[in-house]
Amino acid sequence: MQKALGYRDFDWPLLGMVLVLCVLSVFEIYSATMHTKYIGFHIKQMYWIGGGLVLMFALARLDYHRLLDFAYWAYGVCLLSLVAVRLVGTRVMGARRWIRLGPIHFQPSEWVKLVLIVLMAHYFANLGCKRLTWQDIFKAIGLVGLPMLLVVTQPDLGTALTYFPILVAGLFLGGIHWRQALLLVTVAVVMVVGVWSSGKVIKPYQKARLTSFLNPDADPRGTGYHLRQSLIAVGSGGIWGQGAEKGTQTQGDFLPIPHADFIFAAFSEEHGFVGAFLVLLLYFAILMRLIQNAQTAADISGSLLVMGVVAVLTFQIMVNIGMVIGFMPVTGIPLPLLSYGGSSVMFTFLALGVVMNVRMRRFVN
Amino acid sequence: MKADRVERGNREEKLPALKLTLVQYGILLLMLVLVAGLWRLQVLGADSWKVLAEQNRIRKVPILAPRGKLFDREGRLLVDNYPSVSCFLVREQGHPVDTDLPLIARGLDLDLDQLRATLRRYRGAAAYQPIPIKQDITPDEQAFIAAHRNELPELETIDEERRLYPRDGFAAHVIGYVGEVSEDMLNDPRYAYYEPGDVVGRAGVEQSYDEVLRGEDGSMDVIVDSHGREVGRAGIQPAVPGHDLKLTLDIDIQRAAEEALGAANGAIIAMDPRTGEILAMVSHPSFDPNAFAVRIGRAEWNALITDPNHPLMNKAIQDQLAPGSTFKIIMSVAGLEQGIAENLKVNCAGGGTFYGHFFHCDHHHGLLSIHEAIPESCDTYFYQLASMLGIDTIARYAHELGIGVKTGIDLPNEMAGVMPSTEWKMKNYHEKWYAGEVISVGIGQGAVAVTPIQLLRALSGVASDGHLVRPHLVNADQVSADFERALLDTYPGSGARDVPLRPDTWMTITDGMAGTTQPGLYHTAEGAHLTGIDFAGKTGTAQVVGGGDTHNRGGAKTPNAWFVGMAPRRNPEIAVVVLQEHGDWGSGSAKLAAQVITAYVNKQRRLANNLVLSQANPGAAAPAAGNGQQPGRTVTGQAGNGRAGQAANRPAVSAGAGRKGDAVEMAAIWAGPADRGPASDGPAAAGQPPVAAERMGVGGFRIALDGSGQVVPIASHSETESRLAGLLAMTAHPLAGSGGSR
Repeated sequence: MQKALGYRDFDWPLLGMVLVLCVLSVFEIYSATMHTKYIGFHIKQMYWIGGGLVLMFALARLDYHRLLDFAYWAYGVCLLSLVAVRLVGTRVMGARRWIRLGPIHFQPSEWVKLVLIVLMAHYFANLGCKRLTWQDIFKAIGLVGLPMLLVVTQPDLGTALTYFPILVAGLFLGGIHWRQALLLVTVAVVMVVGVWSSGKVIKPYQKARLTSFLNPDADPRGTGYHLRQSLIAVGSGGIWGQGAEKGTQTQGDFLPIPHADFIFAAFSEEHGFVGAFLVLLLYFAILMRLIQNAQTAADISGSLLVMGVVAVLTFQIMVNIGMVIGFMPVTGIPLPLLSYGGSSVMFTFLALGVVMNVRMRRFVN
Repeated sequence: MKADRVERGNREEKLPALKLTLVQYGILLLMLVLVAGLWRLQVLGADSWKVLAEQNRIRKVPILAPRGKLFDREGRLLVDNYPSVSCFLVREQGHPVDTDLPLIARGLDLDLDQLRATLRRYRGAAAYQPIPIKQDITPDEQAFIAAHRNELPELETIDEERRLYPRDGFAAHVIGYVGEVSEDMLNDPRYAYYEPGDVVGRAGVEQSYDEVLRGEDGSMDVIVDSHGREVGRAGIQPAVPGHDLKLTLDIDIQRAAEEALGAANGAIIAMDPRTGEILAMVSHPSFDPNAFAVRIGRAEWNALITDPNHPLMNKAIQDQLAPGSTFKIIMSVAGLEQGIAENLKVNCAGGGTFYGHFFHCDHHHGLLSIHEAIPESCDTYFYQLASMLGIDTIARYAHELGIGVKTGIDLPNEMAGVMPSTEWKMKNYHEKWYAGEVISVGIGQGAVAVTPIQLLRALSGVASDGHLVRPHLVNADQVSADFERALLDTYPGSGARDVPLRPDTWMTITDGMAGTTQPGLYHTAEGAHLTGIDFAGKTGTAQVVGGGDTHNRGGAKTPNAWFVGMAPRRNPEIAVVVLQEHGDWGSGSAKLAAQVITAYVNKQRRLANNLVLSQANPGAAAPAAGNGQQPGRTVTGQAGNGRAGQAANRPAVSAGAGRKGDAVEMAAIWAGPADRGPASDGPAAAGQPPVAAERMGVGGFRIALDGSGQVVPIASHSETESRLAGLLAMTAHPLAGSGGSR
């Protein structure tokens, strides 16, 4: 079985589009950090991308069915690491999200995403994508909900939210009936409203961040500050942009974290509507290519794996760009492939490795 | 494991294509939403967002225009600027300012409550407008601001030029002072140019010529980052400096007047009655305008405004007091023009009875005519004259001569004084005028009240054959025609005018005034006699209300002492008024006037005879030009004396060191914050090698005199001088050579 594999079936066009985004990422990080204390991060990003590519090729070689077999074990390890981060994690800006292993800061919550994708694919593939019983549904919710709860209380609401689309994609593709879905949505809305108004689980600063996007001008110096600066950056980019390294919002340090969460704002300021549109087009093409891969997958578990990746990437792109242009609250969700960050880059490439894995085995029995 | 794989590996099972297609369309929809969002921001709203981005990164920093300097008539520096740094608070940062206030107050040595009060005052002002919180900060405080750039990004420093005034209150009332524009002024449309925190002239020439002196502030667009740190500069609109002004003041005469008045409360004005140019104007006690250049402290301000001697009041134009016997000149004009006085003989027996009351005179003058009545200042004579003229005739002549009317001098807050009449009394007291009241008016008592400048203009005008002038401190050629017109509107008054006088009126009065200072029985100012100078004048000893005949010098009930003097007696080229509040006798004031006249005459003689810089040497003209005399505005005729005098005063200064030479000279009158200001430049200029000098050969006009004290013009260049020359031909003996009394 392994012999039949070759990189001939590797998805080179997909990789090409991904690498274009990576190049844009490196240039924009360079531009956005040249006058900040983050100067030189574009070099680091190149290392992360290099490392990510290696991981992607490595993961592509390992049969994804083997990954599926390890799903529960990996899930267990994830839960342990999330508990561990609460006990021994490094506190950064009031949240315990990182585990330090030697020189590497390790953020377990990122890897949980990948494991959950595999776990959900495994879980729903085993159920055969037929009618789901309520028991199946609650089990799935429990499997995703447990790590979500651990991450939310780190607290890292943004990352926790990225687990949610995995569950939704799994349920949707796994065969939930629309009546069940309706009921779940109703219950979810009631619960969210309940949690929101109880004020215990979600901290006030998180609440403020989540609502300020609705009216950023109400408190332009406070919670709305980041969003307002982001809107000014994107808006002042105009059609053609102010030019690389010439964005006043980016260069003047007005844009918060312009190399990570707000890199799309920096890019939009410097390259305008045209640049931003092309990036969106690239993302759209990548996502369509992924869905095509899901269609051509050899089996249902492969399809579910790829669609899990699609769900997470789509969610992150929508939430991040939506945040940058004022449609979404400010959550600390990075933009895949563009934002600076080791964990984020690694996750994206590993996820792509899974997709490649599935694609390479599409003709394999 | 195997079983698992069989179960899982069912190849027939696929995800329904419909669902995947649904997902694709879902993603497309979401993407379109994002594109729409980008379109809205970047294409439709780009312009307004760009404006916001500019506001973010560009901060307008004002560049304050330096005010114009003030020079005396010879181009000697009177008011200078020195570089200074002020601290402002910028609120636009999104940085919470309130919590920083204690640190700011500590670092800048400010009172925390006062700082809070300052911020409160600006609460309504636009957010971009910087709040001035401390002016003229020390190097230590600058270092504090620099060291706390990150914690206190709201602190901003601005370089500006600050006023440096002469020290010890020298000419303080003429110059005035600058200060922060007040809220009342901001509500006044005339001050529409100003914004809160701006510096504006608040008194003296600084106020009346503010528009000329102030210049136009510029601004600099500084590119800042989100911490308010400067990262570059976008554009600059340079400040337009204010225009320098040359006053008519003569520092030498001013100094003589300051010294003459000394510690006495009162005023001295020296004026050229031919033109109305004020040569000196002193009001004592004085104040230090430098205290206002930086914001004046509350305690200091309270001390100034509660001082019973009113140091902030310019007594030369604001003190309204009974003129006493100086008013007898007005009476004489009325009497002579009415044809009454010339033939009136009065027997003074220490007073006289009028309307059933006995009115005192100082002496038993015996039988006298107007020729004796003026130098001896006989009250009885003028009681009689007043009773014959009646109040309304007196008032008519007084008004003609500007009594009870502002002169229109180019200084703020001039007072009008009072000239009573039947109409005046009816209007103000709704009472009829009692004929007996005219008696005290005849000797300048009663309701008559004049300002020193008014009196000076009137009496010197009479001595100039009715040629009355508008006193002024800045000649019209120093400012634009538009400004001059506006100035005249702002400071209205009787202005320049000719009052036709009969020749014998003029001759009689001027001779009478000349007699005042000549030795003679009862001559009131014989103690002020100046040998060799045709010095004429009139004393006044004006009793104060309830004071009677108290003679306790300086006491509150002691008479105010007046003297108006001039030289020469007819068509004088200098006239001086001296007012000493509670100074007792006018004869004492006459001596002060004599000092000022002497200083003037000595200077003119020196100019006419001393070595001066060679006119042929091109380098020699440089100091004059460098001192603010504008080329092309050269003054001709006798006014050229001013230029020559400047050169004559310091023949040992080289052309190149012209400015520093001034500094040496002016060091004596300048105040200066320690180690600052031009005074410190002084020593460097000393000891410059002298340049070629030659005897002054131009006409100008020299004062020479003969035994009888007549002034002799050697050469005359102006119409006034021609008049003078013609007059002198009748009475004086020309004297050859240059006056030798040095």
